[in-house]
Amino acid sequence: MHDGMPVVVTVTGVIDETPTIRTIRFDHPFTIRPGQFCMVWVPGVDEVPMGFSSPDTITVQRVGEATAALTSFAVGDKLGIRGPFGNGFSPEGRVLAIAGGVGVAPLLPLAEAGVVETFILGARTAAELTFATPLAACADLRIATDDGTAGYHGFVTGIIDEEIDLSSYDTICVCGPEMMMKGILDRLIAAGIAGRGQFSLHRYMKCGVGVCGSCSIDPAGLRVCKDGPVFTGDQILDSEFGVYSRDASGRRKRP
Amino acid sequence: MITLQKGPVDIGGITLHNHLILAAGVLGTTGASLGRMLGSGAGGVVTKSIGPEPKEGHPGPCLIPLNGGLLNAMGLPNPSREYIDEITHLRDDPVIISIFGGTPQEFGEVASWFADTAVGFELNLSCPHAEGYGAAIGADPAIVRACTEEVAAYGLPTWVKLTPNVTDIGAIGRAAEEGGASAIVAVNTVRGMRISIDLRRPVLGNRFGGISGPMIFPIALRCVYDLYNACSLPIIGCGGIGSAEDVIEMMMAGASAVQIGSAVYDDITIFEQIADSLYGDDGLPADEIVGCAHA
Repeated sequence: MHDGMPVVVTVTGVIDETPTIRTIRFDHPFTIRPGQFCMVWVPGVDEVPMGFSSPDTITVQRVGEATAALTSFAVGDKLGIRGPFGNGFSPEGRVLAIAGGVGVAPLLPLAEAGVVETFILGARTAAELTFATPLAACADLRIATDDGTAGYHGFVTGIIDEEIDLSSYDTICVCGPEMMMKGILDRLIAAGIAGRGQFSLHRYMKCGVGVCGSCSIDPAGLRVCKDGPVFTGDQILDSEFGVYSRDASGRRKRP
Repeated sequence: MITLQKGPVDIGGITLHNHLILAAGVLGTTGASLGRMLGSGAGGVVTKSIGPEPKEGHPGPCLIPLNGGLLNAMGLPNPSREYIDEITHLRDDPVIISIFGGTPQEFGEVASWFADTAVGFELNLSCPHAEGYGAAIGADPAIVRACTEEVAAYGLPTWVKLTPNVTDIGAIGRAAEEGGASAIVAVNTVRGMRISIDLRRPVLGNRFGGISGPMIFPIALRCVYDLYNACSLPIIGCGGIGSAEDVIEMMMAGASAVQIGSAVYDDITIFEQIADSLYGDDGLPADEIVGCAHA
């Protein structure tokens, strides 16, 4: 056991990515593997897990009390960071990355490392597309919007069905809404290559370091914070993934 | 080093696969997680503490690793009665239901939900950071006795987990014994806190919490030693155990079995690791060493 006190960082920049998503830059770079996350302490509010979008940034969408407070942070404000935690992505060979919404955050550093050949980016609408410009500079970027205001009109799975030969990729890295990820897992299963998929899961977390068990998934009891957050498709076959998750009390709910 | 005989052990009315039990509150939110620990060498497991109503727990940060320990204030998050669904597939395993409540009646109510399926209960009269629960009532011998009586009335083995945050732990142990407990678990976490210098505020969302891990091992050992003199019930040692040597030392202080919690932070296969060193073909019966340091 070692000192895991939060590192207190000062906000040095706030970037509006979309009307609902902001990137917060701080004055301390962390040594990360793409896909790793941190526990973000919003003093006086709560602590929440969040993927690193670079060694010194997190990218936040307002979904609850803590993220709402975070999106109001300004230059000079302080917050605490514990981490990096988790395993991160393990890309090999030809890499396809697929992101939905703010799920693009942990995949951006993977693409910027130059290992992603094709990147499929989805959002509800053109205005909600996040990191399209930097991604277009380092990968073959395909865009899907639910309302058709940019790129393919429909979900990212529609692009896969119409334009992508999944079996031509060795690693398929995915982060986004769970039902989107489930749709991709189903296609990998159908192609007989579930093991090539790497899915970044989200579950309610309290400790972040594999002790409390609040993020354990059925049926194997894998801990999303410590054994993940990235799991291969093989690891989550026949699991709770895409079926249910648990809230802060441990009660089951729809994903 | 001394090794122990392999094989099932009976402690406080419950038959365990070995002397090593997963402590309450650690990896116990889901049945799958408990099953994983049983499959990786735990002789028995204690669930997350279950209370009369679902609780979300304290705001974060809820757990901070320290040099030599963990500091936590989870705030007793639990799904309450819905937890039954988590453990139905483990009904043939030594799964002990940890219960918390604010009154003896609440302890009894939670026990009633599991009375047909549980192998036994463990009363959380010791959580140090939940107002109105745990150590807030577990420091009062009369309440400890009343809560124990309420649960022991179901006729199942009833363990009582004690707080070290009292002046005389022996008096609390005797109260549990008088209430009909079948074993005592000692100890729960030790009250503590940390402050962020940069933010000039406590780090835990709850401000203070409980310390576990190697830094409290000598405290737990001393409590077990005291209880061995004060009570005649079997004692289950808990607090900072992370090696086979720790288990032997705890047994010499008077423990008949041990619980392990924080050590999973360093290694989730800790039960297998300890068992590999603890048990041997020419091992001793545990009762040859339990309490031997009192001679």
